[in-house]
Amino acid sequence: MNDLVMIYINCKKIVGGKAEGLALISNKPLNMLSMFDTKTGHIKDKDHDLFNQTLKNRILIFPNCIGSSVGAYIFYSLKINGVNPKAIICTNKCDIITASGCAISDIPLVDGTGSSFKSLNNKTKVTVDADNQIVKIHTV
Amino acid sequence: MQLTKKEERALQGDYGDGLKLAYKILVSIGNANNATKLIPIKWAHISGVNFNTIGEAGVRFLAKLDKETKVTVTTTLNPMGFDSKKDNNLSEDFKANQLSIINSYLSLGIIPSFSCIPYEIFNLPKKGEIVSFAESNAAVFVNSILGIKTNKESALSSLASAITGKTPYSDLIIDDLRKPTTCLKPDIDIETESDFGLLGYFAGKIAKDSCIGLEINSESLDIIKSKAISAGIGTSGMCGMFTNKTNGCERISFGKKEITQVKDELNTAEKGDLIVFGSPQLGLEEVNLLGHLTEGKKFKKPCMIFCPRSLTECNNKMVKTLKKAGADINCDSCTCLTPLITKNEYDSIVTNSIKCAYYMKHANRIDVSLKDMKSITKEYCE
Repeated sequence: MNDLVMIYINCKKIVGGKAEGLALISNKPLNMLSMFDTKTGHIKDKDHDLFNQTLKNRILIFPNCIGSSVGAYIFYSLKINGVNPKAIICTNKCDIITASGCAISDIPLVDGTGSSFKSLNNKTKVTVDADNQIVKIHTV
Repeated sequence: MQLTKKEERALQGDYGDGLKLAYKILVSIGNANNATKLIPIKWAHISGVNFNTIGEAGVRFLAKLDKETKVTVTTTLNPMGFDSKKDNNLSEDFKANQLSIINSYLSLGIIPSFSCIPYEIFNLPKKGEIVSFAESNAAVFVNSILGIKTNKESALSSLASAITGKTPYSDLIIDDLRKPTTCLKPDIDIETESDFGLLGYFAGKIAKDSCIGLEINSESLDIIKSKAISAGIGTSGMCGMFTNKTNGCERISFGKKEITQVKDELNTAEKGDLIVFGSPQLGLEEVNLLGHLTEGKKFKKPCMIFCPRSLTECNNKMVKTLKKAGADINCDSCTCLTPLITKNEYDSIVTNSIKCAYYMKHANRIDVSLKDMKSITKEYCE
């Protein structure tokens, strides 16, 4: 049975591309340089709400990155190791760590500031179409 | 963001993979920062040179860059992990990775300056010109003291700007945005370079915008103090500029309580087993001052000094004085994320630098005794 597309959300393209996957949602910023196991994509920080989850193949929906700008290279590490998120939506501010990290790693990225992603959970299927500046929320 | 036809073609890859990637980075950052266009720059200064900062991912990224890719504006480079002309005990793995990084940057045509204070050793573009500076203390210094315009760039954005010769027209590049909305008003006398550093560190923490006001007399600011404020601001936040033009700003007090609060955060030891000077690297004024303070004396503890190679090669009398006093002079490198100072060897260090204190505490996990240069030489020299 085909997925039924329920919601279209407008967003701003930061890095082009299109991807589909299960959402991985957090309300907390990520510090790329200190929080990741780049071999597996798991978040190692016990205080983070994504502790022990992996970004691999997910659509990461989170506020923004914090910390050193060198954190951009961690996205590249995740990509080389095949454990990168399929696409990313920033819900607070699309910062330059995430923007430049996604640019060198070919990860579609959109700025979702101003839109509500509250109805989503980690079982929701999401399509990010950065080129057309649309996020589609699926229900079965 | 509006691109010219030529920029569009570069982004599509018509002029090679290097330019394509560089434009992709700038367009993504420009989109994120609501830039309307790209604008030419006169100079780029690139960070992400020390292997400890960019790691294996950085090594692989840089090595993969197209060999035809070159920088198109004068481009200088931040410090690397060690002094290239001295022996060290670093692992072969570290050295091989560091060498790979340097070769990648050299292949791009970058000047191997290995310095975080390009404003002290190069003739930079004039006031009002636009550059792309990644090293945070240098970005804050040139914006605030020299009136050269830059955003607080990253290793990747400055690299992309060096290759394209352009930067997104946003934030501190725009004259109207080089004005603060909040300012700090010191209620106490700030005299030493370390206290100016703490003022900067506090300012960087509370700044909500890219520019913060500091109500200080600009005539009281020599290069040592300006540098200390710049490095402090650059260490603690996203702010890229300070100014004493504070008309209409919301005022925040910087008094005994505030300076004690930030000092207590960084000053975690009474004494240090190692004396460290240089983050940012020491310039001519600092080397001269330190030389005068130690003339005819000896350091009672090991002392490491980090400064640009050009300073040691100009037959500087004070460099010789410092060597006689027992100091270990290191070029090409800096204390920030250094592999040269480890917890295995030292439990604590003493330094006058806020930036050094911050990275020793957070990256090297070593305790810090924070004191000004005069107090350090008084206590640790005889």
